[in-house]
Amino acid sequence: MSAAEEITALIPRLRRYARALTGDRSFADDLVQDTLERAWGRIYLWRPGSDLRAWLFTIMHNLHVNQARTRRSEDSIDLRNEPMEFAARPSQEERLEIRDLTMALRRLPDEQREVLLLVGLEEMSYQEAAKVLAVPLGTVMSRLSRGRERLRALMSEGGNAPQLRVVK
Amino acid sequence: MTHQSATIVEEDLHAYVDGLLPETRRAEVESFLAANPKETERVRAYQKQKEALRALFDPILDEPIPPELLHPQRRWSWPVLRYAAIVAWITLGGTLGWLLRGADSRKPDEPNGFARQAAIAHAVYSPEVRHPVEVGRDQEDHLVAWLSKRVGAPLKPPHLSQLGFELVGGRLLPGNRGPVAQFMYQDEKGQRLTLYVRMDPGTKGETAFRYTHEGNVGVFYWLDGPFGYALSGEMKKEELLRVANAIYHQLNP
Repeated sequence: MSAAEEITALIPRLRRYARALTGDRSFADDLVQDTLERAWGRIYLWRPGSDLRAWLFTIMHNLHVNQARTRRSEDSIDLRNEPMEFAARPSQEERLEIRDLTMALRRLPDEQREVLLLVGLEEMSYQEAAKVLAVPLGTVMSRLSRGRERLRALMSEGGNAPQLRVVK
Repeated sequence: MTHQSATIVEEDLHAYVDGLLPETRRAEVESFLAANPKETERVRAYQKQKEALRALFDPILDEPIPPELLHPQRRWSWPVLRYAAIVAWITLGGTLGWLLRGADSRKPDEPNGFARQAAIAHAVYSPEVRHPVEVGRDQEDHLVAWLSKRVGAPLKPPHLSQLGFELVGGRLLPGNRGPVAQFMYQDEKGQRLTLYVRMDPGTKGETAFRYTHEGNVGVFYWLDGPFGYALSGEMKKEELLRVANAIYHQLNP
């Protein structure tokens, strides 16, 4: 597979991660688009045979960090007021739980959410996540631990059911 | 408990949730959990978090990919300006102004100050993904008319296609002797060059090419009549010189 085909094959995963990370469809696709443009612009920096997925996620992580910084400095406009969109079409009962999960996810600090998603959605090893985020392994572990615990606390405070049900 | 209890740490519980433990360690964690209902409850909650995340976001994998994501290199035309982008511009302008003030106070009027400003402007704008230029090459006539008017002399961006660089567009920037034009070029690998052009009726004559660099950005600069030119890029000196020569010859046929 050529690098171009490999990149194209990874687009759905970049979109899934970006959507979960930003909580907004158009932000997410902008982030994916920026990531792809940067990747194409620097494809000569990528060594064939090295992990393309890790490289793309690293680019996306860096862009997201920069954009988040810009957004914080523009606090006069909040473009993120809209409720988080979700991809699933849930039943009435499940909708409450999904809302709990999406709300709880948004309340996590970016750095914890990133680790949770790289490990939980992308199924990266802790070493891979550490590489993508350019932090030590211990930092990944502590963010994962704090993130999961925080999410658990947020979920149980959010509804009557203390435990999250599996959403099918 | 008949098992010898192994020391189980927080990391083990997460690796258990994520299925990253070797068989023997997994068995040790399981016997630990059997004896610790509170920890079992916690682990189960984490497992459910994971399942819920997958259930929520996995459907995105099956969505059709928006066409603009499949052709990322096409997006060079002037994009729709959004409010947020304007604000980002103002922030960027402020940053640039601040950087340029730093440059001015250090080297007020030397040609070298000019090269430095060009290098800074290159460093600020060439990594821009979405708004590398104010006016794109799809509006080249407008670009030429506008920059010529503001800079105060007829300007024309050189064409560098034969060297593999296509015009991306241009922008107007503040210089310490009035407005300065910046033209941006890009090759197929995404490598960018900027040509920074200022007009100063007070200077005359020509200089040879001079070379300097700021960090990774190399700059060839020269004076040609009332115009000062600075070509900046993150590339080998010889390659940059080749482009500078081509520009000089196009401007002085």
